[in-house]
Amino acid sequence: MVKVLNDSMFRPVDPSKLQTDEIQRPSLGVFKETLLSILKNKLAIIGLFLLVVIIFLALFGPSMVPYSGSQQNLTNVNKAPSGEHWFGTDNLGRDMWSRTWQGARVSLTIGFIAAIVDLVVGVIVGGVSGYMAGRGKFGDRVDSLLMRIVEILYGIPYLLVVILLMVIMEPGITTIIIALSITGWVGMARIIRGQILLLKSQEYVLAAEKLGTSHVKIIMRHLLPNTMGIIIINLTFTIPTAIFAEAFLSFLGLGVQAPFASWGTMANDSLGVILSGHWWRLFFPGFMIALTMFAFNAFGDGIQDALDPRARK
Amino acid sequence: MYIVKRFMTMILTIWVIASLTFFIMNMIPGDPFASDADVLPKEVVENMRAKYNLDEPVPVQYVLYLKNLVMLDLGPSIKSESRTVNDIIASGFPASATLGIQAIIVALFFGLLLGIVAALNHNKLLDNAAMIFAIIGISVPSFILSPLLINIFAVKFGILPVASWGTWQHSVLPTLALATTPLAVVARYMRSSMLEVMNQNYIKTADAKGLSTFKIVLSHGVRNAILPVVSFIGPLFVSLITGTFVIEKIFAVPGIGKYFVDSIFNRDYPVIMGTTVFFSTILVVTLFLIDISYRFIDPRIKLTSKGD
Repeated sequence: MVKVLNDSMFRPVDPSKLQTDEIQRPSLGVFKETLLSILKNKLAIIGLFLLVVIIFLALFGPSMVPYSGSQQNLTNVNKAPSGEHWFGTDNLGRDMWSRTWQGARVSLTIGFIAAIVDLVVGVIVGGVSGYMAGRGKFGDRVDSLLMRIVEILYGIPYLLVVILLMVIMEPGITTIIIALSITGWVGMARIIRGQILLLKSQEYVLAAEKLGTSHVKIIMRHLLPNTMGIIIINLTFTIPTAIFAEAFLSFLGLGVQAPFASWGTMANDSLGVILSGHWWRLFFPGFMIALTMFAFNAFGDGIQDALDPRARK
Repeated sequence: MYIVKRFMTMILTIWVIASLTFFIMNMIPGDPFASDADVLPKEVVENMRAKYNLDEPVPVQYVLYLKNLVMLDLGPSIKSESRTVNDIIASGFPASATLGIQAIIVALFFGLLLGIVAALNHNKLLDNAAMIFAIIGISVPSFILSPLLINIFAVKFGILPVASWGTWQHSVLPTLALATTPLAVVARYMRSSMLEVMNQNYIKTADAKGLSTFKIVLSHGVRNAILPVVSFIGPLFVSLITGTFVIEKIFAVPGIGKYFVDSIFNRDYPVIMGTTVFFSTILVVTLFLIDISYRFIDPRIKLTSKGD
């Protein structure tokens, strides 16, 4: 049977009860929304939690035990982990717990300095280069000059620069930091430039420009907030790379010098004894490097997912 | 023309690196014979300085150095007098190259395989297992992994030699240690790239027209998904070369990486300079080749300088 539609089947809607324009949920700012979606990401939370624990122990770990990291005790060498020495002792009887967290300080310092250099030099160079591109003869010249420098530095492997610097300077944290400052920001500059170029061609930037908005305001209001995500993601990968580089150099004997401890030097010291069964001497620094790398990478992955508009619901 | 421009940048980069190493080495106060000058007669020291062109003013030394470089002559070693830097590189290269090529093959083959399998089983057990493996592979540095591998395979089971070089058995553990991190990174790249490709409409079309799963995955999925991974081979290569420094040290492999690190501790300046320039040249040329080949592999990228 065919049902025929007629007026009696419809009821008029009370216009005052129409809810079409009503906002379904409270409007959140970009920042708040991002924060919420990061908090919803399990991986990011695990990473963040681990990072907080590692930073806390780096700050307070060494003072939780009555031994300093460089204090030798030759009557108590190569002791397995116990209630007295939580991570055991090394071949000079030094407390491994204390040394491990002193190593954490070195690693984290290097990581955060790398992040600052990335943030300051990389973002400025990339931003200026991207913003100046296509703005007259002068602008193009600035862009191509900066990009030439970046291209050449990009071709030079970072570890070779560090190793060369080690030859003329004393090996140590300062030298690693200087080498980082010379080459570390290049990747960030390239990414930021690409992002700025992309953003500049968006209609809202054109609109703002045509309405007479100043350069500074366009940068602060439109370009910077929209590059924030990519900057943060890149930082969470710069930091572990720098930490890894330090461990690598220290392992080769080109990084942090005795009596200071770093995870790389501790791993290097323990290479010979791993065959004799003193597993804790390699395990703790090795595990800490791996855990820190994992924490930063997990956090970075989580943030990346959270900031990716395609993944947002 | 993009290729020409890119080629010029490459030459420029090599020149910058060569000059940089030269001037950095010259900034070091004194010369390699400073300590001999007190013991040996003046004439002997002068002869030795003359042999290494150290008696010339710096600009002349620089020109001579560049001239020799163009002739592919990296000069004599200072610490082992009978050998030139060319000899040292020639004797270390076979081991390093074997190790590097084996590692790159292992990393690419198993990395791609792992990435593809993970993507095809998205969010299933296999995917999770592959990604946990990948995260561990990225997080554990090779110098931690190497002693573990030695401990398990050489000490506990005794099926592979602890260290040294010679037979193929010697190269198994160093190759594994060197390949693990790049393998994990390739797997992650390939997985996310593959996931994106398999959601494309042309995959649905291929499926709808009745192609076998094998064919869809291989000629439509992998063929497209592999492109972004190719651009990663450059950084992969860099990490492999620097990785060999550590691996060759741990496994006592007589490669260039080992000589390079030794030369730094010995302050053997010509060897440091020579190997640095050698490494950088290999890297820069590889990056160049990958960049060019990438633009041929992917027809969507035009060979212009504006595109990048």
